Amino acid sequence: METTTLILSTSPHIKGRETVPKIMLSVVITLVPAIAYSIYQFGLYTLALYVVSVATCLAAEYLVVRLRKRPFTLTDYSALLTGILLVMVLPPRFPIYGVILGAVVAIVIGKQIFGGLGYNIFNPALIGRAFLAATYPVYISSYIAPKLGANAVSAATPLASMKFDGVVTPLKPLFFGMTGGSIGETSAFLLIVGSLYLIAKKYVKWRIPASIFLTVFVLGEIFHLINPDQYPSGFFHLCAGGLMIGGLYMATDMVTSPLTKRGCVIFGAGIGVLVIIIRIFGGLPEGVMYAILFMNALVPLINRATKPRIFGTGSKNEQ
Amino acid sequence: MKLFSFRGGVHPPYSKELSKDRPVQGAGIPDLLVVPLVQHIGAPCEAVVSSGDSVKEGQLLGKPRGFVSAPVHSPVSGTVKKIEKVLHPLGQLVPAVSVQPDGKEEKGYLAPLGDKIEQLDEKQIVDRVMEAGIVGLGGATFPAHVKFSPPKEKPIDTFIINGCECEPYLSADHRLMLERSRDIITGAKMIGKVLRVSRIIVAVEENKPDALEAMKRAAGSENIVCMVTETKYPQGAEKVLIKALLGREVPSGGLPMDVGVVVSNVGTALAVCEAVREGKPLIDRIVTLTGNGVSTPGNFLVKIGTPLSFLVEKAGGLTGTTGKIIMGGPMMGLAQATLDVPVIKGTSGVLILQEEPSMHEGYLPCIKCSFCVQSCPVSLLPSKLSVIAEAKNWKLAEAYGANDCIECGCCAYVCPSKRPIVQFIKTAKLKLREIKAREKK
Repeated sequence: METTTLILSTSPHIKGRETVPKIMLSVVITLVPAIAYSIYQFGLYTLALYVVSVATCLAAEYLVVRLRKRPFTLTDYSALLTGILLVMVLPPRFPIYGVILGAVVAIVIGKQIFGGLGYNIFNPALIGRAFLAATYPVYISSYIAPKLGANAVSAATPLASMKFDGVVTPLKPLFFGMTGGSIGETSAFLLIVGSLYLIAKKYVKWRIPASIFLTVFVLGEIFHLINPDQYPSGFFHLCAGGLMIGGLYMATDMVTSPLTKRGCVIFGAGIGVLVIIIRIFGGLPEGVMYAILFMNALVPLINRATKPRIFGTGSKNEQ
Repeated sequence: MKLFSFRGGVHPPYSKELSKDRPVQGAGIPDLLVVPLVQHIGAPCEAVVSSGDSVKEGQLLGKPRGFVSAPVHSPVSGTVKKIEKVLHPLGQLVPAVSVQPDGKEEKGYLAPLGDKIEQLDEKQIVDRVMEAGIVGLGGATFPAHVKFSPPKEKPIDTFIINGCECEPYLSADHRLMLERSRDIITGAKMIGKVLRVSRIIVAVEENKPDALEAMKRAAGSENIVCMVTETKYPQGAEKVLIKALLGREVPSGGLPMDVGVVVSNVGTALAVCEAVREGKPLIDRIVTLTGNGVSTPGNFLVKIGTPLSFLVEKAGGLTGTTGKIIMGGPMMGLAQATLDVPVIKGTSGVLILQEEPSMHEGYLPCIKCSFCVQSCPVSLLPSKLSVIAEAKNWKLAEAYGANDCIECGCCAYVCPSKRPIVQFIKTAKLKLREIKAREKK
């Protein structure tokens, strides 16, 4: 009996069931309806983009990790998720070589340079998209009409039509995604359904989307009340553009969002304010990406500023 | 019914059904008992016997050195074989007295004082608690007489009997409350008298309704109230419990007495009762032996100094491939390298788990999911602390409240990256103590 080797690890000796791969894979699975819908809406070319992007992300991750002489990381599924999200925020006819470049930038510059999973400051997929937006300004703003709702809307995205032509897309096609737009962002409905599961499992810090959406809605409504002809309603702001995918799947990336509950509220509110400022006063029709990247940079500060009061210290104790 | 609870915490699988319905049975007497001279927090004892001496059950083996210390007694009548260093469950080598039983069961207890609480005076009770070597039996093993002698400027108004037993698997306190409720209440009243408190609270988790009923019946209608707490780990942690029941926060670095409270485990109350009434020193205790790695889990009345190997045999031996042997519960217990360690005063349970692949897994970087932040009962940022400690930035760890960590392990339990967060924080605490000691010099 004494010959068996006993394991001498430290307490706790039982562990919860959540694991990093499980969380990442859950996010991917909840995206499947939106992915399937996007392929239907914009054609098989988008499927090719998904495949290329995921393959590039996995290859880039594998290579960099080998070069850094770190343990194998593809099984944490984070590179897979980055590959999918990158395509979802690109226009439907984005060139394949551009996607490859974006995927490499997302993984190498967006994540591995900082030290890999957990150490990056910015959302990797958004870093990839930001790079492509700067490199291919024409492609990044060229959209096509979707299969469903093609006769109802022009190829321009609802936000662009609003901004440049003053045309307001009705809410129903906007909510269900019968509009033009980036590959995976159009159906607010499917994105919400998917993320409800993540919220129920607490894989998503729900205060972040709640605070983003509330801020965007309230500010949007205020401008709408001031001048209904020039500014769209709060609901339009919620369903249009990348707000849903950004608010539900990008801003909520665990690694690049705050640790504390109060921090999440501040983070979300900051994104909401920036989105409205860019959409209404900026030169671009859409600002979700820059809003999230900007607030990502503030996360360490937000964490420090919202450190919870430690038990037995501070004001409550001095009473 | 209002359930008392706290912020944070976790709900691990409780697995108490393995042993909770098994009445306490005597574990018997092994061929040799090994009684360490350090079984408490504080100064070690000095042996007062030498090899070859014959001792009675309850006779003093080691006398305390200093106030924060507790004597140890012989659990059986027999002969002292030798005094040598043995492996202590906490991992160090400590001096211990081994006693070979002679089977005569001759008793050398202290003088019984009876249980007429009105006739006992406070000093008598505290002295008896000290002489009987009673320590906190919940696992912390702080000498009880020290706890019961708070300084005058710290008046105590509430005494809490802790029957939460929030650690998964363990059922020793549960069985005690069912089987010895009257004696626990008698002990609690004795302690209450010493502390001159206006009320005594019995705290029981919601998942032990039968124990709650038993305690309510035994408490009668006097100034003893039973309070039910939510079944959530670490409900039974002293600071957490006080906050849940009374809304008071023990100040950072302070003790429960700073907020007018003393908390004792149900087992401690029982030991006090027996020491005062019968003069019996602390020479045995209830131990839950459980887990999927042992044939017949159960609750045993075990003589202090009984080797774990003997106890395991009593429970039908090991089963399957043994992965871990844990002294204490799964959340805070200590993995043992061997079954050749004795049961000590602080051994509330022995958990034997079969080997599982997950026991060999490494950990990943923090992904900042904040699960640990939400589960920390004392509102730390455990993930941040673990990263700080991993970088050996001890001073920063102090600024982030490392010393306020109660080491409950909720953070490491929920971590999806399986980071040993609490271990990182414990290391930081240790380093900070070392730094402080160096600075004093």
